[in-house]
Amino acid sequence: MNPYRVYGKGRIDHRAPVSFTFDGKTYEGRRGDTVASALLANGVHLMGRSFKYHRPRGPVSAGSEEPNALIGTKRGTGRYEPNTRATVQEIYPGLKTNSQNTYPSLKFDLGAVNDAAYMLFSAGFYYKTFMWPKSFWDKVYEPFIREAAGLGRSPTERDPDHYASRYHHTDVLVVGTGPAGIAAALSAARTGLRVTLVDENAEAGGTLLSEPQAVIDGAPAWDWLEAQLAELKALGVRVMTRTTAIGYYHQNMVALCEKLTDHLDAPDPDMPRERMWRVRAGQVILAQGALEKPLVFDGNDRPGVMLAGAAQTYLHRYGVLVGKRAVVATSHDSAWYASFDLHDEGCEIAAIVDTRADLRADLVEAAAARGIEMHLNHSVSGTDGRLRVKSIRINRMRDGKAAFGRRIFCDCVLMSGGWTPSLHLFSHTMGKLAWNDDLTAFLPDVKTEACQIAGAGRGLWGIEAALNDGFAMGAAAAEALGKSGATPTLGVTHDRTGTGVTQIELPTDRSPSSARAFVDYQNDVTAKDLRLAVREGMRSIEHVKRYTTNGMATDQGKMSNINGLNIAADALGKPQPQVGLTTFRPPYTPTTFGAFAGYHKGGHFEVTRKTPIDGWAEKNGAVYEPVSLWRRAWYFPQNGEDMDQAVARECRATRESLGIFDASTLGKIEVVGPDAVEFMNRMYTNPWTKLAPGRARYGLLLGDDGFIRDDGVIGRMSQDRFHVTTTTGGAARVLNMMEDYLQTEWGDLQVWLTSTTEQWATIALNGPNARKLLEPLTEGLDLSDEAFPHMSVAECTIAGLPARLFRISFTGELGFEVNVPARHGRALWETLMDAGAQYDICPYGTETMHVLRAEKGYIIVGQDTDGTVTPYDAGIGWAVGKAKPDFVGKRGLARPDLVAPGRKQLVGLLTEDHSKLEEGAQIVRDPKEAVPMTMVGHVTSSYDSVAMGRPIALALLAGGHDLMGEIVHIPMPDRIIAAKVTGTVFYDPDNTRLKL
Amino acid sequence: MTRFSALSLLKNAVSGNKNWTEQWPDSQPKDEYDVIIVGAGGHGLGAAYYLAKEHGITNVAVIDKGWLGGGNTGRNTTIIRSNYLYDESARLYDHALDLWEGLSQELNYNVMFSQRGVMMLAHNVHDVQSFKRHIHANRLNGVDNRWLTPEQAKDYCPPLNIRPDARYPVMGAALQKRAGTARHDAVAWGYARGAAARGVDIIQNCPVTAIRRGADGAVEGVETARGFIRAKKVAVSAAGHTSVLMDSAGVRMPLESYPLQALVSEPVKPIFPCVVMSNTVHAYISQSDKGELVIGSGTDQYTSYSQRGGLPLIEHTVAAICEVFPIFNRMRMLRKWGGIVDVTPDRSAILGKTPVQGLYVNCGWGTGGFKATPGAAHTLAWTVAKDEPHRINAPFTLERFTTGRLIDEAAAAAVAH
Repeated sequence: MNPYRVYGKGRIDHRAPVSFTFDGKTYEGRRGDTVASALLANGVHLMGRSFKYHRPRGPVSAGSEEPNALIGTKRGTGRYEPNTRATVQEIYPGLKTNSQNTYPSLKFDLGAVNDAAYMLFSAGFYYKTFMWPKSFWDKVYEPFIREAAGLGRSPTERDPDHYASRYHHTDVLVVGTGPAGIAAALSAARTGLRVTLVDENAEAGGTLLSEPQAVIDGAPAWDWLEAQLAELKALGVRVMTRTTAIGYYHQNMVALCEKLTDHLDAPDPDMPRERMWRVRAGQVILAQGALEKPLVFDGNDRPGVMLAGAAQTYLHRYGVLVGKRAVVATSHDSAWYASFDLHDEGCEIAAIVDTRADLRADLVEAAAARGIEMHLNHSVSGTDGRLRVKSIRINRMRDGKAAFGRRIFCDCVLMSGGWTPSLHLFSHTMGKLAWNDDLTAFLPDVKTEACQIAGAGRGLWGIEAALNDGFAMGAAAAEALGKSGATPTLGVTHDRTGTGVTQIELPTDRSPSSARAFVDYQNDVTAKDLRLAVREGMRSIEHVKRYTTNGMATDQGKMSNINGLNIAADALGKPQPQVGLTTFRPPYTPTTFGAFAGYHKGGHFEVTRKTPIDGWAEKNGAVYEPVSLWRRAWYFPQNGEDMDQAVARECRATRESLGIFDASTLGKIEVVGPDAVEFMNRMYTNPWTKLAPGRARYGLLLGDDGFIRDDGVIGRMSQDRFHVTTTTGGAARVLNMMEDYLQTEWGDLQVWLTSTTEQWATIALNGPNARKLLEPLTEGLDLSDEAFPHMSVAECTIAGLPARLFRISFTGELGFEVNVPARHGRALWETLMDAGAQYDICPYGTETMHVLRAEKGYIIVGQDTDGTVTPYDAGIGWAVGKAKPDFVGKRGLARPDLVAPGRKQLVGLLTEDHSKLEEGAQIVRDPKEAVPMTMVGHVTSSYDSVAMGRPIALALLAGGHDLMGEIVHIPMPDRIIAAKVTGTVFYDPDNTRLKL
Repeated sequence: MTRFSALSLLKNAVSGNKNWTEQWPDSQPKDEYDVIIVGAGGHGLGAAYYLAKEHGITNVAVIDKGWLGGGNTGRNTTIIRSNYLYDESARLYDHALDLWEGLSQELNYNVMFSQRGVMMLAHNVHDVQSFKRHIHANRLNGVDNRWLTPEQAKDYCPPLNIRPDARYPVMGAALQKRAGTARHDAVAWGYARGAAARGVDIIQNCPVTAIRRGADGAVEGVETARGFIRAKKVAVSAAGHTSVLMDSAGVRMPLESYPLQALVSEPVKPIFPCVVMSNTVHAYISQSDKGELVIGSGTDQYTSYSQRGGLPLIEHTVAAICEVFPIFNRMRMLRKWGGIVDVTPDRSAILGKTPVQGLYVNCGWGTGGFKATPGAAHTLAWTVAKDEPHRINAPFTLERFTTGRLIDEAAAAAVAH
């Protein structure tokens, strides 16, 4: 039994009871109820506490604009959300909810002590205090403020749900299913266009659901609605409910968040909880209606005080009377209709209090006929009641001033300060608004996107006006898309059009300085706070907003912005447009992080790139390291080896016999065309003209600043074709850079670029036995040193597979790199492993590759260089084609500082005590200098070298090339290490092993 | 100017808060000033404050096209740190950090500088190498920064996911405990109030349209929407709009402007104790005093002046946050917005004199200008007052892009500012 339920009324299922809990107590609602409507049906208005003063609060609205009734919602392990609007959350059996920001309980909250000291907590008070003593901010004040703030509690468990995302293309997207939206969708769809119609509510209908009395085209509103929804369905319109248009982006893209499971009794665990839609629409029609404004008076926040339109919605949609004895306080006609509806269903209307002196005769007559007391030209100066409003104090106005007041007892107050168009999405597009003095509202003016605004969104009140505007805007959208159709006009009887006046704080006969007239309910911003901000020099609405926090609560100003603006404008003595409106930002309503992330979580956060040989590595116990988007085999531990042991073994095996390495992640770009060689000459520092087909060269790429960007071996396959390799991490960057130059600077060149990184599997064979392994497997190519010397490339057949074979080495040993089509990579690897068994072939990972190359002084771009290193600094000035007329970076390289003495240059370091240096450690000349010390360089690479029998390091050192043999110092936290400066090539300086 | 204190708060509370006076007046432009600063952000207002306070130059106007603090000062994620790699940067940002530590008391305005620590996550071997390089350099420069193991990082920030099977496992972190956050609006307001109290005119809603030079080439003043205003010294501190203004004086700036987005969650009780940055997954996060999770994203791929970014980048950022902090998956985004950041080729600022006599510039802070606010303001004031750079900002010249003497933090660190 629900004491406040009106049986037979509403869109809920009266025969379907649903139990849920609030703060541990079980309540019964009906299927179709929200938490708020179900609690109201049980007579419960108190649902939360405010942010700053911890004042008791109940729902003030019946929709997503709700600032007060915020609750925690829970469905089993991991499924907890704070700050859920009770006015939106539908109930289901077993739903657990709790109030927030209360201690020890909602009804008795110690935090309410702030309320008593409210004068201290005026706007911006925290900027003026908490500064002494200095150390107290971090330790005392801030932790206290943080604990007091914050509303609900964060989830603390991993979310078991998943979220989906989809793209959708539609001719026309209509946002809002009120009369304007339905009409717009109908007229657009009837021309044959594809139409999508969305609404944040559980049910389509908008205002029509709260105004069943209207008769549209001869049919009762709800019958008409049902018929139109059927027609929309027949026309193929996609109607999506529980779907919020959260943001309106460039080129008519609208993001929608669809809630799929939060209302279900027992959702399928495989079903996504929410789905993010990215909709690209030819035309967008915004039919989001208008929001009712609260009146601003002392005590307008007590539980039981709510918007008149909300009370009307609770009655008609949910069959709930929000009280038994109501006082209506209004400055707009619409609240009169609400009071009639409530009266007619058994709620006593103790009085209608209107700030206006002259009212429409039909409204006065209708009220008189119901025996309702009317107080025109009256103000409201206060309410009483601790946890629920008990009385309201009203005052006759004389000459705009409030005279002596009187109290009227009541259990709810229904207020209306008029309506303001909901233009949030329009505002997302940076569309311009124009102030309308008659409506005291901003209306859409200059559009930046292909959109139409229909109905109350552009200040048209009443169902008939909205409906016919919707038809017209639907037709306008269709016309913009090259279609034409009829624009019907429908008649509506029992329509409720009305007018009103806009009020700032209502006049009071009490001290205005003690009035608690709230503008932003959740953040406890009062009219006084706004005036204080203005008094303190805040003249822009943005300053007022930021100083008072008005409009920054979780309703994002839906309830407070326009009242705040009117009051600030009054305080400044300026018209509203000169004070401005803060920019609405997405999302329209708070939106789950998980819905933004969509599928991008866990293994799909960023899909891990794997080479064709990855599966083999995994099976053989590889330890991986992440390298850009790839995972690469780092080392292959055997028999419980640690990393150092495994790497030492892999190094030794490669130097002594044969190592095999998966180099597939290296970037590969096919550069093709009649001008390919000219393109290469301009892009890379090296000269390419004389490189014969069948030969390869180490290529060096600079930025236009002259610093090293990338490197890799490049083979000339034919006169007009290069096989370019890049670093693993640099592949996409290099291709972008090439395309950038090709498309914007060198449009005259006939060159085509293709990324082939994933087309080839690349296997490197290194070691004195490399040729012995390959020779028997190779067809169509003589692998002898004379016929296929170091830095050669050829197409041939290896193990029966078509291959591009390079003879190159990144280890200093005799080396080959076999490229085969990616699909054959694993098979080739396994063939080589089998055939190599006789040479104790050893798979090695990236760490061994790093050690072997460092022993030879080969640089790794990004490790031994850092974007400030020239080819000369790195000791590879030989790769710069000095005779070339130009290449990217040539001019940058000639800048004075890039050729000045004292630059940091790449050198080798050998520690005196044979300890291994830490990569990143800084180098000084004078170890005794006090901090700040003069740093002259840093260690870029450091390894234990098996071949050298000691640790080796590479470093960038100021003037390093002139410091050979000298001692430098590396200060560590616990000691200072001395090291001797050497050349960068530690192993086989004469390259004899390359030439086997 | 009313001095703020617990006592003044109490007194005013008793009198109904009616006696508070304006924190800065709404100044109208005079015909002539000694110094005009274009751009009323934290940097510009701060420079005016230090000009008045430390150099006795009070005939100063700060002019803005909109409301003060409305650019990147009021749009950033308020992270303050100084653990930069290069000596030049470390000195500048550490100078700023020194000033931050006393700023509330200096300004008699609580800027809520909160030294909660900034932790940067290393997700791969390259990150580890890079952060260790920073830590070693910072140690020898006397800048606070330390290395944490994954377990230590989780101790410092319990919501952190350090599972080794994560897509980007946490391999360690660099922590600067002295770093933290501040209340961005309060910084602008505090400087504005302090400057105005010393005689500086703050002129809002007055777009500067051009810089005028005399026959000798030296600066004569600025053209504005309210007419010409004379000054022999003009300092431009206008972030993304700097290049347009400097162009009017014939100085081409090496700047590109990109949208940068940020967002906040709904407010919750304290759950996140520090600031965490992850460059590899492109996200940074802290919790404001109000309880909102404040999350920063990366820059858009394309240059633009639109103060609204695209959706894909935000989706990626939120996914990254949920990946590193899975407990936040059911939290909700309350608001997201965009700002325009001005980026130089080496990602370090330009702060100093220009080839034009009497024209000074402060720009190119990219995504990291807020943390520098007091330091940039302080050294800009010095440079303008003495017509020569302070030793701290001396390396941040415009000429370095010609000579090649870059301060390339981005290249060196691969870390977002």
